[in-house]
Amino acid sequence: MALVDDLGKALDRSPGGSIILTSVDAILDWSRGKSLWTMPMGTACCAMELIAASFSKFDFDRHGTIPRPDPRHTDVMVVAGTITHKMAPAVKLLYAQMPEPKWVIAMGNCAISGGIFYYDTYSVVRGVDEFLPVDVYIAGCPPRPEALQDAIFQLRKKVAGESIASGRERKVEYLLPRPEDPRKGDLAAEAEDGEDR
Amino acid sequence: MNINKLREHLCATYPDLCPLFSIEFGDGSLTVAPERLHSAASDMRDLGFDFLGMVTAVDRGETFELVYRIQSRKMSAGIFLKAYVSREEPYISSVYDLWPAADWQEREVYDMFGIIFEGHPDLRRILLTDDWVGYPLRKDYEDERMIRRPDYI
Repeated sequence: MALVDDLGKALDRSPGGSIILTSVDAILDWSRGKSLWTMPMGTACCAMELIAASFSKFDFDRHGTIPRPDPRHTDVMVVAGTITHKMAPAVKLLYAQMPEPKWVIAMGNCAISGGIFYYDTYSVVRGVDEFLPVDVYIAGCPPRPEALQDAIFQLRKKVAGESIASGRERKVEYLLPRPEDPRKGDLAAEAEDGEDR
Repeated sequence: MNINKLREHLCATYPDLCPLFSIEFGDGSLTVAPERLHSAASDMRDLGFDFLGMVTAVDRGETFELVYRIQSRKMSAGIFLKAYVSREEPYISSVYDLWPAADWQEREVYDMFGIIFEGHPDLRRILLTDDWVGYPLRKDYEDERMIRRPDYI
């Protein structure tokens, strides 16, 4: 993506370049958003819903969301299931093999926080965001394919706001209010105040 | 085969094992001393139990309870073979030479409970990483990554 990055910077600086830049952005974001091929990182029961989403009843092919077993073909990693400490290096390696630009969807409670394996467990990673940059979280145990569909649409909105020139990203308005950083909620503020939890 | 018929058959063939056999919840179970486990397992195989369904263990505090589920295709029946080993010296002889299916099952029990199966050809961890410290399914297992469930949940 080095060429595109340089092109974006050059266009942003040159007079009148922003008109071309926004046009190029619009085309690129449209094409990227409409063909979000997924890397199905299915490790547990959420994978069943992920598989169901690909087949005829829900038919994610119509959104351009096609599952590919090879990370080098894909744009979105859908982490569907519990990630253990033994599995985490493999997930990290597969994520590293995906070409830029790439996004991550954390599907289900286990991928968000460890879910029911949060307490009293020796082997489960508490949320895939411990080691991957997650863009969209889907709650549920497991979530329905419709929830995954909504996540694809949310991600498409996020992709539509991206620009090839850094610092030119448009602000995206989501349907639901969301904090800037999901980890900086009230609990983090309380911890900063020095209250011992 | 009916469980009572199986008991008669077992008692007729091996009278010394007969008092160790009990029927709990409609299922037969043969509880033996750990040093006699291998000979009892060998006798059971000669009786017709040709299939080892599973090997597992239960942490009973002072002792570990080893549970072998053995089944017979010919008699269409299954029993539990049980033995208690102490927590300080968790040694028992492997049944790999009787049923090769015990290979990975015993490795898993070793991995989770730290029970040493003497005579096993390749006793090393199977599910956890090789550098893991401790045996997680023991009740007294402690791990710095583990978060204890609070009382109010």
